[in-house]
Amino acid sequence: MSLESVQRDAEGYLANREDWSKELAQEIAAQLGVSLTDEHWRVVNAARTIEEESGSSPGLRKISKRSETPIKSIYQLFPDGPAKLVAKIAGIPKPKSCL
Amino acid sequence: MTESGTAKRRSLSVICSKGSFDMAYPGLILANAARMAGVDARLFFTFWGLDIVNKKKVDHLHLNLVGNPSAPIPAMIAGLPGVEALATVQMRKEMERLDIPPIKEFIEMLDDAGADLYGCQMAMDMFRLTRDDLLPQVKDVITAMDFMDLSEGAQIVFV
Repeated sequence: MSLESVQRDAEGYLANREDWSKELAQEIAAQLGVSLTDEHWRVVNAARTIEEESGSSPGLRKISKRSETPIKSIYQLFPDGPAKLVAKIAGIPKPKSCL
Repeated sequence: MTESGTAKRRSLSVICSKGSFDMAYPGLILANAARMAGVDARLFFTFWGLDIVNKKKVDHLHLNLVGNPSAPIPAMIAGLPGVEALATVQMRKEMERLDIPPIKEFIEMLDDAGADLYGCQMAMDMFRLTRDDLLPQVKDVITAMDFMDLSEGAQIVFV
């Protein structure tokens, strides 16, 4: 699936999680001005795993602990609104957590 | 459109004026939510709110039960020695269960998230505090007018 053919909601979150692929994540990231390195992937994968296990889209605190990436580094990796950017790239819904 | 999906770059200024355990959190949580969403955030600690960034006090803030109509126990009992401390311990446990960090850790998290923390000059003078009494994450001690200047175009929240 390419970026043009997948459905996203008004805010840019993926509508159907089955559409997600690593290639698509890269395209979404590029559109958001982020180029994905291994460090980015560790964060994105952690967010996906937590969402899969708990059924709820995590906030940064959980993602930080799970990916063993300090909060400060997450803000460097995803500078403009990390909670939103990570969820969009990971193809999971907008986070429900305030932390 | 910014990368985080808002129409234009937003900015939030939070004024924290209260130093009870329960009133410390709302301002911190709002500022953190702002940063997570790509909104600039700054906090101004004034009057009792300075306790939140006071090295000696930050780990000893108490829940406010007396005069709080939402308190789960009658005011007569709430006023007895030790009751507020006990209730604070209970609330801390609940927060730990929800993985809400203690205040000092929360302040570190906000600093890591790029929020700017300021102490109020007048309140500092009033309580005879110096820069060394405050947590290292506090960027500067400024006047209310300075804070207004920094808040140009920002949404201001008073807690």
